[in-house]
This record gives sequence, structure tokens and C-alpha cells, in this order.
Amino acid sequence: MIATLPVLPPDPVQWAWGLVLFWLALGFSALPLQRSPRALGRLVFPAGALGALGIAGVGMAGMVLPASTAILPIGLPDLPFHLRLDALSAFFMVLLGGAAFGVSVYASGYFRSMAPGPLALLALWYHLFLAGMVTVLLADDAYAFMVAWEVMALSSYFLVTTDHKIPAIRSAGFLYLLIAHVGAVALLLAFGVLHGGHGDYTFDAMRLAQTPPFWASVAFLLALFGFGAKAGLVPMHVWLPEAHPAAPSPVSALMSGVMLKTAIYGLLRVSFDLLDVQVAWWGTLALALGLVTALYGVIFAAVQSDMKRLLAWSSIENIGIIVAAFGLTLIFATDGKGALAALTLTALLYHALNHAFFKGLLFIGTGSVLHATGVRHMGHLGGLMRFMPWTAWLVLIGALAIAGLPPLNGFVSEWLLLQAFLLTPGLTQPYLNMVIPVAAATVALAAALAAYVMVKFFGVVFLGQPRDPALLEAHEAGWPERLGMLWLAAGCVLLGLFPALVIGWLAPVVQLLTGETLVNDASWLLLAPVSSERASYAPLIFFAVVLTVLLLTILWVRRVYHGRVRRSAPWDCGYPEQDARMQDSAEGFGQPIRQIFEVFMKVERETPDPFSRTPRYRGASLDKLWFLLYEPIARVAGWLSDQAARLQHGRIQWYLIYSFATLIVLLVFTR
Amino acid sequence: MQAGILLQLAQTLLAILLAPLLMGWVNQCRAWLQGRSAPPITQPYRTLRKLFHKDAVIAHTASPLFRFAPYMIFACMALAAGIVPTLANDLPFSPAADVIALVGIFALARVFLALAAMDIGTSFGTLGARREMLVSFLAEPALLMVFFTASLISQSTELPVIVDTLAHQEFAIYPSLAFAAVAFWMISVAENARIPVDNPATHLELTMIHEAMILEYSARHLALIEWAVALKLFTYSALGIALFLPWGIAGQGELGMLPLALVAMAGKLLLGGAVLAFLETVSAKVRLFRAPEFLGTAFLLAVLGMLIHFLLEV
Repeated sequence: MIATLPVLPPDPVQWAWGLVLFWLALGFSALPLQRSPRALGRLVFPAGALGALGIAGVGMAGMVLPASTAILPIGLPDLPFHLRLDALSAFFMVLLGGAAFGVSVYASGYFRSMAPGPLALLALWYHLFLAGMVTVLLADDAYAFMVAWEVMALSSYFLVTTDHKIPAIRSAGFLYLLIAHVGAVALLLAFGVLHGGHGDYTFDAMRLAQTPPFWASVAFLLALFGFGAKAGLVPMHVWLPEAHPAAPSPVSALMSGVMLKTAIYGLLRVSFDLLDVQVAWWGTLALALGLVTALYGVIFAAVQSDMKRLLAWSSIENIGIIVAAFGLTLIFATDGKGALAALTLTALLYHALNHAFFKGLLFIGTGSVLHATGVRHMGHLGGLMRFMPWTAWLVLIGALAIAGLPPLNGFVSEWLLLQAFLLTPGLTQPYLNMVIPVAAATVALAAALAAYVMVKFFGVVFLGQPRDPALLEAHEAGWPERLGMLWLAAGCVLLGLFPALVIGWLAPVVQLLTGETLVNDASWLLLAPVSSERASYAPLIFFAVVLTVLLLTILWVRRVYHGRVRRSAPWDCGYPEQDARMQDSAEGFGQPIRQIFEVFMKVERETPDPFSRTPRYRGASLDKLWFLLYEPIARVAGWLSDQAARLQHGRIQWYLIYSFATLIVLLVFTR
Repeated sequence: MQAGILLQLAQTLLAILLAPLLMGWVNQCRAWLQGRSAPPITQPYRTLRKLFHKDAVIAHTASPLFRFAPYMIFACMALAAGIVPTLANDLPFSPAADVIALVGIFALARVFLALAAMDIGTSFGTLGARREMLVSFLAEPALLMVFFTASLISQSTELPVIVDTLAHQEFAIYPSLAFAAVAFWMISVAENARIPVDNPATHLELTMIHEAMILEYSARHLALIEWAVALKLFTYSALGIALFLPWGIAGQGELGMLPLALVAMAGKLLLGGAVLAFLETVSAKVRLFRAPEFLGTAFLLAVLGMLIHFLLEV
């Protein structure tokens, strides 16, 4: 049934589909291979990594080539799968391929200690997940899109519940499945509205359909809800801090780094491509939601004590920033400010790409820590920099990048976004001019808090003294793991150092969606998106100067003075008794933030008795939204199902009466 | 261009060399105001010299990050000092980093200092790192907002362009800049670890922030950090002067103005240092959890400045 591909298909879309089939075949080949787990690690995952590289390559080609389409003879009888690869899909394919390559290389070493049976299943779901995500990007009709979306959601559900023997992981998986499907229903409805009753569910038909503004708004809201649920937009974010930490680390890396971006892709596809009109208030709504999400995410990230949960909350923050940029793009696009829309869209795409690299890096870094120590709680970690220098230095690059520090990549996208805020005066709606400064302040605040979070993350896990004697035996990650991390770290550095080239490369996508391109007003060294008079940033020069000053200072100090060093016990103001427990714990480091933002949290504390000989302290800052929003909904749902259960008596007579009554009602209706 | 590069290098070197002098001046003023006999104005240089000659003592538990951080912090501050126009506005290096990047450089230095403080794993180090990050998470966006207000007026985030616009403007009063100036003052006080947010002269665990982070440093590493602190104070002072009192700075190609600019700069710095010492003397250090309120006020003022610009000045 599968399409007979020509030997050398000319179109990028054919290549992409070929690679999807390759991944599928790879996934299913893992099942018979489960007798030899070594082959799984040494063959399947590296081959998957090559596939990812291929996808990135196809994406690179797709960015510059004209859009190519294909119709596959699979699907419903009169609705075959339509595929299309344009610049937008191609960009997200590069993102996916680039991040998945590093993660797959890492995974080939990471899963070595897993039992063969579960490992084979994991390899199957892993490659299905990748194939599903690429198909989401390729789909050109609503049916193919939803099928791929479900493949992605279900395979990732099975990946999240890899350790399904732990009850907490099962319930995290259930929550994920539930919210993913509530979102999917909204998407289904959104496509239903979009297609406008012609019975043609291809995206081409939707592009041509004239949607009245009211229905366009309905479709947009449904899409925002559906994709927002996938992306982790507040208040649909609750599954994310549960599910992402529950998955094995490479899977968390893919989910946070790549899967959330498919939702961003969907948002862009629906609002800029499928909908023919955009309404001004959509942008304001998305901007507000994005900003709330960013701030909410980073505040909660600061009070977490589980390292993977901290990273998951930080993903929520980054998604918030991306959605805020999306809202700003919509505002500019509807206000007729094409050049500004191009600028914010560039910032959005740049940040999405950056996040795939640094969040992937940080998540697989926690995987190495987990492998070495078996501990996720930061209160039992510490001092790992001395035992795992490779992991530590590479994770440091990711942490600095996500904290938005120059000259790494996180800074570039934040810089672009902040520039967009500065260019806003002159919007036609006066109320927007009032909103913009507040929005800029919120973005700046979230970025500054991200630095707090990353100092906490890196400082507590990798620096200081080991908080547990068992950590002294922590071992460095193996070579495949290091290579995977190295790839992603290199991405963070290169994306940070050559922003002008990246912006030029993004131009086709920006052109496709906004009809304008961002022209760099200077040579490739200098990033000057508007004009070099107005704003510019040259990370390479920046980096070179810092490096030069650094080397000169080191040389000068060594030359003029000396390099003598004596080792001794820490000074610590002369206090004689010091041990690892006197360092800040993860809770301690987050305490100021918790105290300031306690209104958003439900804080649970167990303080020890002052006379206790073995004092134990436990504190947790829980998401108040869960208790204010989700628990009432869960109670109502429970009550409703209880009411429905009254129909069930377990007696056959009753059920026959139900069938009879239904029959009568149907007959009345179809009379 | 070559003259520009020379000027750039000279200005940066001058900042690096003279920064401890400003520190000495502030300390001297403070001693006078408090009725103590003042140390000589060159005291910071003597301290640096002493520290550079000593053997470095490093804890057993220190990682390479700990030894690397002081150099990194010093390099960041030197770069920051190079970007801010002090004498002349003609800086060929300034397109490489605008005001947002400047905030980024300060953040980079701060993150390295906080990480180095956590590296040894002492109670004071982590305490200092946490408090420093607490202060900065409000101070950093506030600083950004101050810069944004100035950028909105001058339509640019390039420091030379901003300074040029503000210096060669017809005499116009910007209400937004007044808000920004007050906010900037509060931020500089907090970022430079001065009273009322932090006290540079204390080693009491209840009060110290910055000092807690550098407790484990000694000899050349401590010297570099102290020097970087002096540079930071100098850079912030130069920033404040460039943004709010830019008169007298030499513009593009006005090499003849340089001596005048030097005198003007020295005068403003002397005055600014004296005012800083005076304000430090008359105010009391606030409790740690009052610091976010102090900085929150600064943040609010900065955002208000930006709003006022949108409301009144567009």
C-alpha cells in the first residue's frame, strides 16, 4: 500500500516522506532486535540519528526551494494524505532534525543499561514519535494532520510511561493523555470551522475559503486552545511539569525541545497561512497569554527542587516568550506594520530554534546526572562538576544560553524581541501603546528570573559539595552521550555567534508568512535588523574582545606577578564546623522567590520539631491553578459520571428498555 | 577610524586605570562625612598591589570554574567600561554591543560571580549568591527599562547615538527621563552593593550580599574582583553621567574638545562620588526583604518613565 517511490525522488517532500518511512522501519525493526540489546544501542539509535540529520538536510533544501507537494495513496478512500513542504515546514524540520540528531546520538549510549524488552519498545515508540512529528509538519490536509498529531501524542504517551511501574508516572501519563486529547478535540473543531462546509479538508481548500471574521475568530480561539494545550500555555500547562520529568531524559529533551514547537508550528500555520484574515485582538490575547505563561513558568521554575521539573517549568516560560512574540507578530501584521511583524516573527523562530538546542542539551545533561547518581532531587546532588567535568561544562553552556547571556544564542532572540518592543511607537491603537511598555517589562523580568533559575539549577547540581556521600562515586557520561551534548552545545554557541547569517537564512519563512523580509543592514559580522544607526550587535567581535581581555589579563597577572597557589580548607568566615548540609538546598535557594510570589502558590511545609535529633524539613510549592481550576473541573466531571452511572443497574431488562427508547427516538428524528 | 580606535583603547585603559581612584574618592568622602580620618585616595591601588603579590589560597573543593571566574568578571567589566562613552562619543567598538548587550554583560559577570560563590559549597557563599540573584532579578529589568526610555527618545539603542541625541538636544525637559534618572540611581546603588541595599564595609552574615560571595577569594583572584567592582562603579557612574548629564562630552571628530571633556568628566565624577558618599551616610541599610521593595519601586519608576514617554512625548 505504501507509495512506490522513484529511485531518486526529485522533490524535498518525497525525501522527507522517505525518511519518515525509514524511521518507521527502524522503529519496527527494533522489535525483532530485542534479543540483542547491544544492536539496539549501536545500530538503531545511530541510524535514527542519521535519519534526523537527513531531515535537517531536507529542511535546509526546503527552505530555499519552492514548495513541493505529494499525494500519498494512504488514508481514507476519497481523502488520501496530502503532503506539502514549504519554507515554514522546512524550518521546523531543520529544528527537529538538528535537535533530534544530538538527542539520538546521546540515546545510543544512554539506554545501554535498560532491559532489552522495554528498550525495544522504547526504540519503537521513539522513532514513531519522530516520524509522527515530521508528518505533522508535512501534512497538507486536516485528516493527515490529525492522524500524525495523534501518532505523536500517543507515542509520546507511551514514552512518558516507560517506567509505568511507578504509580506517579502512570498518573502523569494519564494527565498528559487527557489534556492532549482535549486539545486535539479543539483542533478537530478548529479544522471543522476552517473548512467552511465544503467537505474538502485539504489545506489548499482552507486557504481559499473565505472565512467570515466571526468564524475566523472562533477557529483562531479553538486553535489557540488546542495548540496551547500542547505547548503548555497557562492555564493548560499542568500536564507539562508532570509528564516531561516522568519521561526518560532523551525523550524529555525531544518533548520539550521539539514537540512543543510543533504546536507553535500549528499556530503559525493556522493563523498566518490557513486563515485569510487576522483580527487585531487576537494578537493582544496571545501576547497577554504568552506573558502570563512566561512569568508563571519562570516563577515556578525558581521554586522547584526536582531538576527535571525545574527544566519543564522553564520550558513553559520559553513557550510563553514564543507565544508573546507570536501575539506581537499578529498585532503588527494586523496593524499594517509588515517590517515589524517580520522582526518579531524572526525573533519567534529564532527563539524556537534556540530553545530546541538549549533545552535539549539541559535535559540530556540531567539524564547523565541521573545515570551517574540515580537522583533527580537537587537536595541530594551537588559538586558534580568535579566528577563529571564534561557534562558540567557542556550543561553550563546550555544554562548560560537559556539565561539569555551574551554571546550565546538565547541572548540573540531576546535581543531581537526587545528591539521589536522599542520600535512600537506609532501603532494605530492607542491602548496598545500603553500595553507595550508593560509587556516589555514583563519579558525583561522573565529573562532576569531565568538567570536566577539557571544559577540555582547549575549551582545546586554541579557546584558546591556533594550533598550525599554516594555522589563521590558518580562517573562521567560515556562518549556517545558526550557527543550528543557536544552537538547541542555547539548549536547554542554557533547560533549565538552568527546571528546575521541565521537571520538571512530565516528570510524565506518570514517572507512566506508576513510578506516582508528582515534586511540585515550590515555585513555578516554585525546584526542590525533595522538599521545600524538604530541598533546593532556583533557577538563575534564581542566574544573576541572578551576572550582577548581575558587572555591578556591572565598573561599579565602571570607575567608581572606569579601563579602560586596554595590549597587549604575553605575559610567561610572562620566557622570551624562546615559540612555539605550547610549549603543552600534547592528549596533554600528558591525561598526568596517563593516569599515574593507566594500568592500564586499553595505552599506545603513540614517543619521539624526544635528538639528533634534527626530534623527533617520538607517544603513544596504547588501550583494554585491546579486547586482553583482543575480540581473543581475534576469534581464536576466525577459528579457527572456518577449521575451517568445511575443508568447502570446491571439488569438486562433495563438495557433492553434503553435500546428500545433510543430506537424510538431515532425513528422519530429520521421520520 | 584609526584615531577612533586609538581613542577607544585610550578611553578603556583610562577607565581601567582610574576606576580604583573613584573608589578611593568615595571612601575618602565617606570617611570625612562620618568624622573618621580618611585613608589616602590611592588606598585601593595599594590594596590591589598587596593582593597581587600574595599567594592565592584556594579551597580543596574548588573547581576550575572558581579560578576562571575572576578573569571572566574582570574581562566583562573592562568590556562594559569600553562601551560607555566617557570622554568622546566616537567609539568604533560601540556597534558591537548596544545597551541591551551592556545589560547582558553585567548579567554575565554577575552569573559567573554567583556560580563561583556556590562553587566551594560554604554556607555563606550560597547565601550570597542567592541574595545577589534576588537583587539582580529586579534590578536588571529595571535597568533595561531605564535604557528603553532613553532609547525611545533617541530612536536607538546605541549608546553613542543616545548620548549624542541627549547632549545636542535643544534644551528640552523630558519628564520620562526624570523618572528614569531616579530609577537609575536606585539601581546603581543596588547593583554596586552600596547602602541601603548592601553594605560594602561589613562582614556580618545577616547583612552582607556581595561580600558573602567573595569570602573564599584571596590574593590575585580577589584583586581582580575588587578591581572589577571598582570598574563597575566607574561604569555605572559614567553611564549615569552619559544618560542624564551628557553635556561636555566630545562628539564625533571633535578631538579638540577632549581636554574639556576630561575636565568635565572628572568634575562630574568627583561630584557624583561625593553625592554617593553623602547619601550612603544619611541612609540606613534596609532589611534584606525590604530590598525587593526598594528595587520594585525602581522597576515601577522605570516602567512609569517609559509609559510617560508613550503618553506625553510621542
